[in-house]
Amino acid sequence: MANANFQFNTTSTPSRLRRWIEASLRFAGQRPLGAAGALIILIMILTALLAGLIAPYDPLGTDYAAMLQAPSSTHWFGTDSFGRDVLTRIIYGSRTALWVGFVSSFLGATSGALIGVASAYFGGRVDLMLQRGMDLLLSFPLIILALVVVAVLGSGVTNIIFAITVPMLPRCALVVRSSALALREMPFVEAARALGFGPTRIILRHMLPNVMAPYLIMLTAFLGQAILLEASLSFLGLGVSEPQAAWGLMLRGAAVEFAERAPWMAIYPGIAISLSVFAFNLFGDSLRDALDPKLRV
Amino acid sequence: MKHLTKKSIKASVTGVSSILLLLFGLPLIAAQPDKPRAGGELVFAVGGTPPSFDGHRETTFAMLHPVSPHYSTLLRFDLFNYPKIVGDVAESWSVSKDGLTYTFKIRKGIKFHDGSQLTSRDVKATYEKIIFPPKGVASARQAYYAMVDKIETPDIYTVVFYLKRPSSSFLANLASPWNFIYKAEILDKDPRWYEKNIMGSGPFVFVEHVPGSHWVGKKNPNYFRKGRPYLDGYRAVFIRDTAPRVAAIRSGQALIEFRGFSPAARDDLVKALGNKIVVQESTWICNLTVVINNEKKPFDDPRVRRALTLAIDRWEGSKALSKISLMKYVGGLFRPESQFATPEAELVKLAGFGKDIEASRKEARRLLKEAGVPDGFSFVLKNRNIKEPYEATGVFLIDQWRQIGLNVSHIQQEGGPYFNDFRQGNYDAGIDFNCDFMDEPDYQLLKFLSSDKSSLNYGRYKDPILDDLYEKQGRAANLKERLKLLRQFEKRALDEQAYQFHVLWWQKINPHWAKVKGFKIVPSHYFMHLEDIWLAE
Amino acid sequence: MRQYIFKRLLLMIPTLFGVAVLVFLMLRVAPGDIVEMKYAGTGAFAPKEVLDLERAQLGLDKPLWHQFISWMWGIVRLEFGNSMWTGRPVIHEIAIRLELSLQLALMATIVAIFLSIPLGILAALKQDTWADYFVRVFSIAGLAVPSFWLGILIILGFLIIFQWLPPLTFTSFWEDPQANLTQLIWPALAVGYRYSAVATRMTRSAMLEVLREDYIRTARAKGLREKTVLVRHALKNAVMPVITVIGLEFAFLVGGLVVTEQVFNLNGIGMLFVESITQRDYIMVQTLVLLISFVFIFVNFVVDLINAVMDPRIRYQ
Repeated sequence: MANANFQFNTTSTPSRLRRWIEASLRFAGQRPLGAAGALIILIMILTALLAGLIAPYDPLGTDYAAMLQAPSSTHWFGTDSFGRDVLTRIIYGSRTALWVGFVSSFLGATSGALIGVASAYFGGRVDLMLQRGMDLLLSFPLIILALVVVAVLGSGVTNIIFAITVPMLPRCALVVRSSALALREMPFVEAARALGFGPTRIILRHMLPNVMAPYLIMLTAFLGQAILLEASLSFLGLGVSEPQAAWGLMLRGAAVEFAERAPWMAIYPGIAISLSVFAFNLFGDSLRDALDPKLRV
Repeated sequence: MKHLTKKSIKASVTGVSSILLLLFGLPLIAAQPDKPRAGGELVFAVGGTPPSFDGHRETTFAMLHPVSPHYSTLLRFDLFNYPKIVGDVAESWSVSKDGLTYTFKIRKGIKFHDGSQLTSRDVKATYEKIIFPPKGVASARQAYYAMVDKIETPDIYTVVFYLKRPSSSFLANLASPWNFIYKAEILDKDPRWYEKNIMGSGPFVFVEHVPGSHWVGKKNPNYFRKGRPYLDGYRAVFIRDTAPRVAAIRSGQALIEFRGFSPAARDDLVKALGNKIVVQESTWICNLTVVINNEKKPFDDPRVRRALTLAIDRWEGSKALSKISLMKYVGGLFRPESQFATPEAELVKLAGFGKDIEASRKEARRLLKEAGVPDGFSFVLKNRNIKEPYEATGVFLIDQWRQIGLNVSHIQQEGGPYFNDFRQGNYDAGIDFNCDFMDEPDYQLLKFLSSDKSSLNYGRYKDPILDDLYEKQGRAANLKERLKLLRQFEKRALDEQAYQFHVLWWQKINPHWAKVKGFKIVPSHYFMHLEDIWLAE
Repeated sequence: MRQYIFKRLLLMIPTLFGVAVLVFLMLRVAPGDIVEMKYAGTGAFAPKEVLDLERAQLGLDKPLWHQFISWMWGIVRLEFGNSMWTGRPVIHEIAIRLELSLQLALMATIVAIFLSIPLGILAALKQDTWADYFVRVFSIAGLAVPSFWLGILIILGFLIIFQWLPPLTFTSFWEDPQANLTQLIWPALAVGYRYSAVATRMTRSAMLEVLREDYIRTARAKGLREKTVLVRHALKNAVMPVITVIGLEFAFLVGGLVVTEQVFNLNGIGMLFVESITQRDYIMVQTLVLLISFVFIFVNFVVDLINAVMDPRIRYQ
């Protein structure tokens, strides 16, 4: 919470929206890279929301008469081995990517933050046990844990979200806990305790809002990683199933096989993944600089 | 079969009806009526890794390709005249009139790689391990030899099999590529020795195996076929993913792969390497089947199942899918071009095999209406998460069914959960495969027997009529009678009841460097007789 | 200090035990075992008796607690068991593939260091100029580009442009360094680039901090040449956090290895892991997860230790 530009309060004021806009503009002015990232993210979100309107074709519509067509005015990014429009599938793929990305990072960061704060608040044995649990989850590299989870649960969007959430949770818990430790001794927490508030109320109403900075930083940092992880899992054949549109999946199958005759099948989805992860990282990076430059994520 | 001329190829092609695609300029093989050249090491790619080395126990081609060159079998298929059966260690054989006694004469002078003689005792020990495995020894194909009563060796060069009942498939079963002849002495000491060690009498001697990486063999100078093998040795390189495997051929680091490539890979290789590459193509004794959970509503109604198969436009599908996947040939229960195959005129009468797709789909919608689901329904198609050819087929089927108003979602699963769900009946419909090393109704019909009789039938139905027809065809006195029974079986299984049905049969595509000679494609990927292969300059 | 090390080492045991329990349970809960995969997976017609026999041979017929205890007891005696797929000792299977993966990891780390330190310093010295932006974009892009995609592009590039492919089989560096390096340098670049991203950012910010310190200003004021100041004083102090990051980002390395070995067909630990998971080779997966977790925890421990030794402000708890 080092930077005065950003403050998170539970109290709602009439000018809150204006302050947000001002803060955003200041952010954009000071950090052009971050703003660029935010812009790309905004475009992505719009694309995903309006996919049905923007996309020129049906994402599932196979057309065996139009297999492997090169980019042209009718198919801007060409067609795949089923004659499906690559651009359409990239547009619809953004839904999968964003859905998996947002849901899993939100779940991972939020549950991580809750555990981190609870751990800090209770201290003692609870803290120790939670910490051991987190250490346990932390001792697997991300992809190893995700692979095992998917192999166990099977593929499918829900399972992938779970597989990505699990390894993220302890990483957030750790960071949030260290911020929350300082809070525990703060006068307002002490005061709340003196007033006889229960731990649930103190944790949710008093401590959680004050670890917003590390929470948001972790959340944005996870977003890019989650999208990348989803793509990797789909690429390894452990992710989303055909014919659902997903970027990693588009790279997995025929893209490699037809890479020479139909390079557009391998190039565009790869760019889509890179660009979106890039945008999230760019934004996350600048956000971290703005909120808490000392925090190591 | 010393060398291949265009004539000899044509002659053998008529037998198997495989196609030799000579894509660029003059056919290379025809232009070189030269003598086989000895020497050189053949590097080939294998799309998997061998589990144990015991052929009697394993079921994957990834074991056969690197390991089988070390071994002989009792009989074998003549790959240049497939499916003709010839002797391997057996010199000759005779069958008694009642079809119950098979007597084999073993060639003299065959030596194991350790120098010891191969005798009838080794053949007997081998087959006893396969048919009557000792306690604690797994024999994967034991069930195919249930007709064998006992094996005897009147002398060291004679081995006799006594059967309990006549069997049309028995002889061909002795040509199984899996039935490596092992040394009796070793089996006596440790029946599981062969899982981790090699000691055979085949054309190549074991040199080295680096797990996950490669397998090396060198020429056996004492091989019983004179003048063979031509090669000094071979190196099998394990490359699990398709893309690097194709790349390996393309870069010339491997010269051939014996399983089969996709049409896309073929086209890329031909485009990049021109006349340095020769492509051989053939049908393949492999297919994909739509398996239906006959216990689940509304699939318990044969009209609904018929509607499902009627909706599939196999003839047009073949044209599209054959460009992007292994799926190609329209066929019934038997490989098109095999002696058991249904002639096209009869095939088109079966539900879903007709050429007028509009009529079929109309009929399908009518059946759905009759069955009380006029507006269609939703179900899940379970599929393996293997790209080729499962994924393309799943996408294809879903699109086909959509056209008669069925809303199908696709779940691609890891092998473990996939087979478990099938076994437990935890699915609506799924895609299953079948691959055999020979055209043999005893094998290809197994999947359709009542599910308590066949571990391959995941359809959860019982049909005593099919079971009975199966028994009868296995004992049929001649081919004509057998074919009649097979047609009855086919009509009932695929059309009337439509318990489960094949989508398409696969195409086998073997692109290889032109300098690899003496390789002749057959419709099964379980065979490769390395001793016939040689390398041109 | 000694007590601290001892305590940390001791703490590894319960963590690893937890890892073992977790991975064991997760694998067994999953439906479908290796025997199912082997037979059904190849379409083999095998009666239930054959399957049961195979299960008995692998010990899969025993109750779960029995399987777990015998596995644990084996580990205590340093007997890790046999691969369910090949029947050979897992240690043997792992040893064969370890050299490749270790070398690849090492090379990727070297690539990462050689990329991150100069770039990070450059970005710090030219803070907020185009050079700084370029480095930051370059490093963030490293995190964004999927390494499997990068690998595919590298391979295709070679194939299409040069009709050439890195060697297929692994040759030990000591046998034939040239063949060895031509095989491994490309995947090392693909992994190393990604690995370098975080380290670059870390070098930059550490450098920025150091450059503001008094002793640098003093050094400059003494009239020392800029180069000397940088090398002698600034760099020395900026390297520490980089080491930390490289240690902590070990997970990236493992992830990179898993995917990249797949793309380049390298017979390493990552490939073995993915293969064993799809084959449901329980013993192999369990051992590999334990091994990777052990290395992971150990690396983190060593990094902490280096930090503790170098920076007396850190207290041992």
